[in-house]
Amino acid sequence: MNRDRASRRLPIIMSLLVGLMLTMLPLPNAITAFRPDWLALLVIFWAMQLPRTWSVGSAWIIGIILDVSQGTLLGQHALALCVVAYVTVRFHLLMRVFPLPQLTATVLSMLALYQFLLFWINGVAGVNAPAVTYWGPVLSGTLLWPVVMMFLSGMRYRTQSGH
Amino acid sequence: MVASRENRNNPGRIPALGLRVLGLIFISILLMYFDNRNNHLDTVRKSINAAMYPLRVIVDAPARLWGWIGASTTSRGDLELELGRLKSERLLTNARLQKLNALEAENARLRALLEARSKVRDQVRVAEIMAVDANPFDHSLVIDAGTREGVFDGQALVDADGVVGQVIKAGLMTSRAMLISDTDHALPVEVNRNGLRTIVVGTGTIDSLSLPFIVNNADIRVGDLLVTSGLGGAFPSGYPVAVVDSVTRIPQEPYADVTARPSASLGEVREVMLIFSGDAPPVEEGGDE
Repeated sequence: MNRDRASRRLPIIMSLLVGLMLTMLPLPNAITAFRPDWLALLVIFWAMQLPRTWSVGSAWIIGIILDVSQGTLLGQHALALCVVAYVTVRFHLLMRVFPLPQLTATVLSMLALYQFLLFWINGVAGVNAPAVTYWGPVLSGTLLWPVVMMFLSGMRYRTQSGH
Repeated sequence: MVASRENRNNPGRIPALGLRVLGLIFISILLMYFDNRNNHLDTVRKSINAAMYPLRVIVDAPARLWGWIGASTTSRGDLELELGRLKSERLLTNARLQKLNALEAENARLRALLEARSKVRDQVRVAEIMAVDANPFDHSLVIDAGTREGVFDGQALVDADGVVGQVIKAGLMTSRAMLISDTDHALPVEVNRNGLRTIVVGTGTIDSLSLPFIVNNADIRVGDLLVTSGLGGAFPSGYPVAVVDSVTRIPQEPYADVTARPSASLGEVREVMLIFSGDAPPVEEGGDE
């Protein structure tokens, strides 16, 4: 039983690992500011689909790992991801029945919220970064959302993961 | 299947969600407070960082493989060309080095006469930059050497052409370094031509630095080489930092608007040298003493 659950969670954990690797992947200098927030997209998707298993707690842990890997303030990404997961879980029934354009718009506002929290914390802690590092990921993340969602849904129904 | 499950316990309700999120936000704020104030959480950070080492290696692997394929499939002609170029370069450098040895001896003698502390040659160790992109909010990178190799916080990083940055978080096997182009980075330098001392500040753009404290009548020109002055204590003196590429004097402003281009190619650097100078902990490998 327990083993069964673990094996069903494996695809999700794999997707998160791939997301983390994509976050660390080097990009040319010109487009590095437009690197989408892969982990935020993944957290939104899994919290929407399986809010009982993947909600604020897991989002927080993912955020802490992200903080360490990026060398930001410990707790910064954790807080932002945690809030994003909360909003997603809160509205997950609504979001599931949204048509794709509307859902993409919702994701846009979530990513904006995520970046705003990061921006806010940076402001309090005295880190200043060019504005493009904040709105770039929101733009690219929104554009990529339909693709990410289709891919993850396909993966989910093929492997029957979750629950 | 999902529906039946949710009908059983009131659809859409996740128990105690608000409470949990408030608790986690509180913990995050606490963590950030302690992380920002002092390095209480260094051990936590270091242990998670060490656990992520395999992931870093995996992410780095494709780039490394690409480099290896490139290196092992170079044609014979290219190699011969490169060899020729390197040979002539070596001849030139050797010739310069002969002179340098004599100059160094002379310098030491003169300094002894002046009873000044002689400048020791710095020990160096080569570290490779892992092809892992770092923090989106600042200009930093990850190198493949850590406290195991004697790396310490504040250590200077140079490449073949000039100063690259300094270590800000030394981990066990990998360390994070801040580039001189980061907006939070300031570096005491002097103009090589006349010894004018000033400070170089990063601008957040990878190929531009600014010198905000040059008074309008100061003797500085386009093309001047800026070298580290060694005054801050972190960097040993005499390493090239940047070349001045524009000087705009505005008569009604107290300071001139001066920008410089970093000597090191910050964007595409792949290998860096860590400098162990003077009172820093010594290392076995590398070095030339």
